[in-house]
Amino acid sequence: MPTIVVEVMPKAELLDPQGKAVAGALGRLGKTRFTSVRLGKRFEITVDGHVDDAVLAEVQELADSVLSNSVIEDVVGIHVLEAPAGETH
Amino acid sequence: MRIGVVTFPGSLDDRDAARAIRLAGAEPVALWHGEHDLHGVDALVLPGGFSYGDYLRCGAIASLSPIMAEVIGAANSGMPVLGICNGFQMLTEAHLLEGGLIRNDHGSFICRDQGLRVENALTDWTGGFAAGQEITIPLKNGEGGFIASAETLERLEGEDRVVVRYVGVNPNGSLNDIAGISNARGNVVGLMPHPEHAVEPGFGPDTADAMRSGTDGITFFTSVIERMLVSA
Repeated sequence: MPTIVVEVMPKAELLDPQGKAVAGALGRLGKTRFTSVRLGKRFEITVDGHVDDAVLAEVQELADSVLSNSVIEDVVGIHVLEAPAGETH
Repeated sequence: MRIGVVTFPGSLDDRDAARAIRLAGAEPVALWHGEHDLHGVDALVLPGGFSYGDYLRCGAIASLSPIMAEVIGAANSGMPVLGICNGFQMLTEAHLLEGGLIRNDHGSFICRDQGLRVENALTDWTGGFAAGQEITIPLKNGEGGFIASAETLERLEGEDRVVVRYVGVNPNGSLNDIAGISNARGNVVGLMPHPEHAVEPGFGPDTADAMRSGTDGITFFTSVIERMLVSA
């Protein structure tokens, strides 16, 4: 069955304490090349049936209304996951 | 006078809220998230806790619970609704209140007796306070940073919808030191600190008079009872 990926990130202008904590840990490991980290979410949604424009529109709607909160987050990507080799639809 | 307290999977402070309601002089009514029934209550409390383990976003999954359809309907028709901590997060997720709550700016959970200033003493839940009155009630959260767009903040401030503001220290990075807000009508109030934990001498915050003697939180509950008696 096909899988749709939805990616959500905290809004760029907001402080991201989780990303900051990870960046701090990288700094303590001496990884000074990496100056900042921002941390978001990835949803993998399995679809019963095949993916058409109507399904993608429905996922977009869910991404905006349920999977993210537009006050604090942005939906930064929605795409269909490539099927693993050998799997047929 | 009957005030409902909704229990969600992961609610923690529903029993404390019910106790506060009883001490204030009303009858607490236990409501269940999975039902579509408010059992004829006169007002509602969405209690603190970690509904659904804070998965997705704090309060987000709870805001989609069956009973929230009735809560939203009641709130929009004027029923007093108080959201405490996780309940505040639910009210923002349900779009009954504006803005949102994000992880504390310092990254840590915080638990302290918090000074607040009551900015709006006209809401259904704060009528018993004097405007500008300073109170102390417990605060305990990991994601209590209040944020909103610049336009929303300006509107909340301009319409006197900031109900309580942190004083002394801003414990979580909330914009404009905002601890709690209301809707335009003043019947829906959400705040991060916990009035239900400061309602009984011996179990509240320390005061200058005696250890654990602080009961500033009870006024939220007596205020709504008084308001409903007046409007009855």
